[in-house]
Amino acid sequence: MTIEWLINYLVLIPLFGFFMSVLIPSKQERVISWNAFLVIGLHMHSAVIYVITWGIWGFPVLDIKDLVLFKTSHYEFFLDFHFDKITAVYLLVGSFLTFLVTIYSRYYLHREVGYRRFFSTILIFYFGYNVVIFSGNLETLLVGWEILGISSFLLIAFYRDRYLPVKNAVKVFSIYRIGDVGLILAMWASHHLFHENVTFLKLSNYELVSSQLQNHTLIGIFISLMILITASAKSAQLPFSSWLPRAMEGPTPSSAIFYGSLSVHIGVFLLLRTYPFWEHQLSVRILIVLLGLSTSIVASGIARVQSSVKSLIAYSSIAQIGLIFIEVALGWEDLALIHFAGNAFLRTYQLLVSPSVVTYLIREQFYNYEPRQHSIEDSWPKRIEYTLYMLCLKEWNLDSMMYRYLWNPLKWAGHKMDFFTIKNVFLFSIPFFAMGVLSLYFEAYIPENMEHYLPLPFSAIGLIMVLKAFTERKNVQMTLLLVMMNHAWIALAVSFNENFDPRETLIYLSGILLAGLVGYACLRQLKLQEEDIDLDRFQGHAQKYPRLAGIFLLACLGLSGFPITPTYIGEDLIFSHIHKHQLFLAFLIALSFIIDSLAIIRIYARVFLGPNVKSIYERAYRSS
Amino acid sequence: MKKEKGNLDINHIIQELKHYLPAQAPLKDFVHHNTLHTFQHLKFDKAIHTASEIFGYHVSLNLDEYRAFYHKGMIRKEILDKVILQRKGDANATLWKNKLLIQDYHVSEISRVGLLRANWKKHYHIDLDSLVHPILFRVLCSYLDQGIAIWKFPVWDKGFMASIRTLEKNSFSSVFRTERARHLLLHSHLHIDQLLKILVGDETLYEHYLFDQQFSHQGWSGIVSSIEDQPDGLLDHKKITLKELIQLELLLEIDALDFSFGEIWAPLSHKITEKPTPLFAEIEESEFWEILSIWQEVYEWSYYDEVLIGIQQQENHQPDQPNKSFQALFCIDDRECSFRRYLEKFDPQCETFGTPGFFHVEFFYKPEHGRFYTKLCPAPVTPKYLIKETKTKAKRKKEMHFTKHTHSLFGGFIITHTLGFWSAFRLFFNIFRPTMSPATSHCFKHMDKYSSLTIENTNPEHKENNLQIGFTIEEMVTRVEDLLRGIGMIQNFAPIVYAVGHGSSSVNNPHYAAYECGACSGRPGSVNARVISYMANHPKVRKILRERGIDIPDETQFLGGIHDTCRDEIAFYDEELLSPANQEKHQQHIKTFKTALAHNAKERSRRFELIHTNLDAEKVHKQVLKRSISLFEPRPELNHATNSLCIVGRRSLTKNIFLDRRAFLNSYDYALDLNGDRLFGIMKPLGPVCGGINLEYYFSRVNNQKLGAGSKLPHNVMGLFGVANGIEGDLRPGLPSQMIEIHDPIRLLIIVEHFPEVVLDVIQRAPDMYEWFIHEWVQLVAIHPQSRELYRFKDGYFSFYETSGRSIKKLPESELEPLVASHHENLPVYLTI
Repeated sequence: MTIEWLINYLVLIPLFGFFMSVLIPSKQERVISWNAFLVIGLHMHSAVIYVITWGIWGFPVLDIKDLVLFKTSHYEFFLDFHFDKITAVYLLVGSFLTFLVTIYSRYYLHREVGYRRFFSTILIFYFGYNVVIFSGNLETLLVGWEILGISSFLLIAFYRDRYLPVKNAVKVFSIYRIGDVGLILAMWASHHLFHENVTFLKLSNYELVSSQLQNHTLIGIFISLMILITASAKSAQLPFSSWLPRAMEGPTPSSAIFYGSLSVHIGVFLLLRTYPFWEHQLSVRILIVLLGLSTSIVASGIARVQSSVKSLIAYSSIAQIGLIFIEVALGWEDLALIHFAGNAFLRTYQLLVSPSVVTYLIREQFYNYEPRQHSIEDSWPKRIEYTLYMLCLKEWNLDSMMYRYLWNPLKWAGHKMDFFTIKNVFLFSIPFFAMGVLSLYFEAYIPENMEHYLPLPFSAIGLIMVLKAFTERKNVQMTLLLVMMNHAWIALAVSFNENFDPRETLIYLSGILLAGLVGYACLRQLKLQEEDIDLDRFQGHAQKYPRLAGIFLLACLGLSGFPITPTYIGEDLIFSHIHKHQLFLAFLIALSFIIDSLAIIRIYARVFLGPNVKSIYERAYRSS
Repeated sequence: MKKEKGNLDINHIIQELKHYLPAQAPLKDFVHHNTLHTFQHLKFDKAIHTASEIFGYHVSLNLDEYRAFYHKGMIRKEILDKVILQRKGDANATLWKNKLLIQDYHVSEISRVGLLRANWKKHYHIDLDSLVHPILFRVLCSYLDQGIAIWKFPVWDKGFMASIRTLEKNSFSSVFRTERARHLLLHSHLHIDQLLKILVGDETLYEHYLFDQQFSHQGWSGIVSSIEDQPDGLLDHKKITLKELIQLELLLEIDALDFSFGEIWAPLSHKITEKPTPLFAEIEESEFWEILSIWQEVYEWSYYDEVLIGIQQQENHQPDQPNKSFQALFCIDDRECSFRRYLEKFDPQCETFGTPGFFHVEFFYKPEHGRFYTKLCPAPVTPKYLIKETKTKAKRKKEMHFTKHTHSLFGGFIITHTLGFWSAFRLFFNIFRPTMSPATSHCFKHMDKYSSLTIENTNPEHKENNLQIGFTIEEMVTRVEDLLRGIGMIQNFAPIVYAVGHGSSSVNNPHYAAYECGACSGRPGSVNARVISYMANHPKVRKILRERGIDIPDETQFLGGIHDTCRDEIAFYDEELLSPANQEKHQQHIKTFKTALAHNAKERSRRFELIHTNLDAEKVHKQVLKRSISLFEPRPELNHATNSLCIVGRRSLTKNIFLDRRAFLNSYDYALDLNGDRLFGIMKPLGPVCGGINLEYYFSRVNNQKLGAGSKLPHNVMGLFGVANGIEGDLRPGLPSQMIEIHDPIRLLIIVEHFPEVVLDVIQRAPDMYEWFIHEWVQLVAIHPQSRELYRFKDGYFSFYETSGRSIKKLPESELEPLVASHHENLPVYLTI
């Protein structure tokens, strides 16, 4: 059926636009914006026509198995696309808003440094968005998901020569990363549940799902929980909410489209998409309702005390998304879709007109001022009122909680190894690694029950390496090597599980090796020019070496398993070899993936972003 | 006794701090001022050097930029040679030229402020700012908030620290994470020196520490200081002092340190090995700074010289026309300069004047239904009069998107399902068919066109809040006479005299007040225009004026109006009072005004890269109109960008020169004021008003990140009084990059048409006025009214200025239009023929 094939075209248009965009010289504002305008305009029109045609066909649910990327006897990795009502709504709302915001930005961004960077990022974001909404299985979804994450990072850090945008970009990225790994774990578990990379279409097959779940209730709940964590991280639900207002560092239109509307509703999309899977897990549904409800209540409270216009809109939006979560959990799909569209339109518009708030509200205040309006809270007992006010003002400590319970323990663990210089860690690990390889070679001689436990220590060593990399302050190149080594350790660890084909190891490590070498070369090049580079503070070298920064960013993406190298498939392969009873191993490896990519993005941010260390560039205040 | 002394010192330090902090008022009262006003007691060169060393500001273009301008010809060789010769003498000329053009200078730019507190990171490995700033800014913003938050700061009427104390006392949750700081708040007097003793230890470092601390977020500190001094800056008054802010911040710092180290850390002074350079230690002269100073002088005089030649060369023979079609008074604002040129072009019989846009009537204005008074006169003046608006017809429209209901849980639920979809349409139309909305700041709405004003006062006891309502006849006469004599308009009146104030329109622009009339405290000048016209039309006023020698014929009528400098539209008030004969003429003049406005829009549009200036004036005007109401347009107009001149004299001095909208024009006839008394009144505000505008543009341009507001695209409105980047940034005072990017950072040259000795006498009459000139924050040239010779003021006296003598191109009117459309950059001075 050709109508299915056309989905490819809808997904690829923005990617094509992106490649065009990066090829245009950066001073050619008109060409850059026309490119974006035409590409997204074309996409919107195609989308409308597509949806109409689809309607004429009688709104069928479409599924196409698109591209098989890798195949062995036990495993198949393929891209799959899916089209139904949910996709249609997300497609129409997304293309309409992106189109309008593109036109808006053509004028708004005029003369801004980074004009091309802005439009290219919008296009790659939009590509990621389309991959997500069209995705037919978790593997495909994850491709889009990671693209959304990295394009968010780039847009938050759009003003990369200032401190706060970069700091907040790293913060948001790390929370996104939790979501990504939730998704990887969900994929791992569902692989064990269905013994294949299951498509969303199959998930809506009630008999298939319920027969599997009956026997594996725990795995079922595990998968649902992972999906819920991923969705909450992306849609800024509890306990992750505090990232959303902090993401409002880019130009207003990018904040409007990303954090006002599209990006932040993707968590809702994930829930809608996987609804058939957890529909019959009553406990999960109750949990989602409770989560949505508590988020709505807490976020509305926080919204009420916000005194800056963008954070006010952000928290109001989070509260509405909490309600949407409830609607999804209750099975009110249509209501949820309408609510999504309304909320996306409203918040986008509110953010775009947010600078006008001064004119409007000052005028209102001038004509309607009452010395002090009592709000409902004033009638409560003082102690409760003040306590609640204070809690809301402090955002219920959500932001500091992220530090305290997530990043500080990691840092603490990393700093425990301060007595080891990074070089020593590296040298020290080599004989161990050789031992590991040897024992793998003589695997047959190792008692089976021992072999069974071997992956754990190896992956633990890998984890220690990334922890060290995550907290290193001095040696940049060494840090990069450690990050690379981590993958080797993981590969080694998993190799002790049966039948791990060396070919698969190669797929996994090839991307790492390539990206690592490129990254290493970039750093070396930079070091030759600048002499001292370290990880102690932001150094902003992108200002002087934008091209080098770009290449290094690509290398970073490759290193963190971004879907541009075979490593992306390799990561999935690795997980397919972790047995379902090796939950702890899966957890260790997932954790080291998170920290790994954080360590990498930290290198990129510290070396290339932030205010330039050289005083020849105009530097902004740190607090601005 | 000792403690008392300590306290005294702290208060002194706080006074000093207030002195140096940015002095920008809340957004609604944005008035341009010299960003480095604190250094005005020093000569400009020395002052900016000092400011740079202490606070790390960039205060001029950098060496490469000057050199690039030189090679492009914008800085002229003959001026360079002349300045080097003057400063360095013949013998060293080659050497210095070499230094200016070629030599490399490596300068380390370490600002003294911040050095002491940097030791927290160095010796304690703690990032104190990132632990303290977010919560500090949030508490502060919530306390000061003017109407964004729905749930307001629960305790508000006791002052900042008292409110926080009440809040802390009655709450289970706290802004602090540890006990000691909270205990100090609740149970001590919070003497700053005691807190500093805990944190710093060594008394001699207190001053440096407090400067470091407050300058790590000078935007917030500045607004607190400004609100402390002028509580009226916020409509919803908030009691706060800088001292309280410091108290809270010190407590939060103790809290953060306790949280990280327990209560056992040593004060900062115990760890530092050497003391930082004292903030206000003498600044060393350096060759690099001299080089910059020479470049700046050459850069400025390359332009001034051209202007002065133009003024000298133009024909200065302009007999008073017998049959004037109309006369029009405009603000001295640089944006009116081209509008006047076009009016005179399309109606050669008309005559235009420039005078500060409050038209010598100073008062508070209360719009009908308004809850507050608005000051309509220059910012330093405090009026004793009140003008009230009555009988309005227009209704204010509401905009649902700004209502609080959209942010509540259930209201939001309903609204997303309804208004949410309406937003999609609104957004669509806003992008393709922008229209005026309640969110637009539109200067015509400042006063209802059909309302009445209470201008005349018959009983001086008629007061409201100690303000006299309206002016008595005698008070009116004084003001009208001052105005007319000041601009030299005392005879030969045209049938209609327009008094045209100005304002601006924009949308999505938190800095809207900066676009309005500076002489009206950042408000449109429409009310003033209407009030002065009423006064000048009053038969009793005219009678007395006649007795005093100003005979305004009965058929002459004054008519108030307002010019929207962004949209290039004009509106008039009380047109129905015109006599039938004048009514007819007025209709004719409206056509002239409209044509002139369209051409003015076209000329302005040459700076907007996205508009084709070549098109027909009407078409360009349509695009300019559209841009004023487009949400996505960060540059509705360019405001005062490129301003560089202020010319005080008769119109004949500038009538035939093309100055590219760069001049403030103040009409003045020396012949009516030989002893300079009126000149004193005219020149006194020139420094603070025009000089202030010029220097704010200068500093925002040379260091947009630190002295300006950076790009406005990521700005987030904080509490309706300021903007910041993102949600946890410092406030950004100064001008955003979109306002200053095309500005040339040169000081204002004031050119006065009078005898140099009179000018010298006038500027010395008030020390604060003299400071502007003697310390060279503005430059001054007197043009001898008879000999046309030029005299430059420097170091306390006027000396003969010899121009470079190059010839200025003469250009027929017809060629001006294509020339203007030819490119975006500054145009040279032309003589028009």
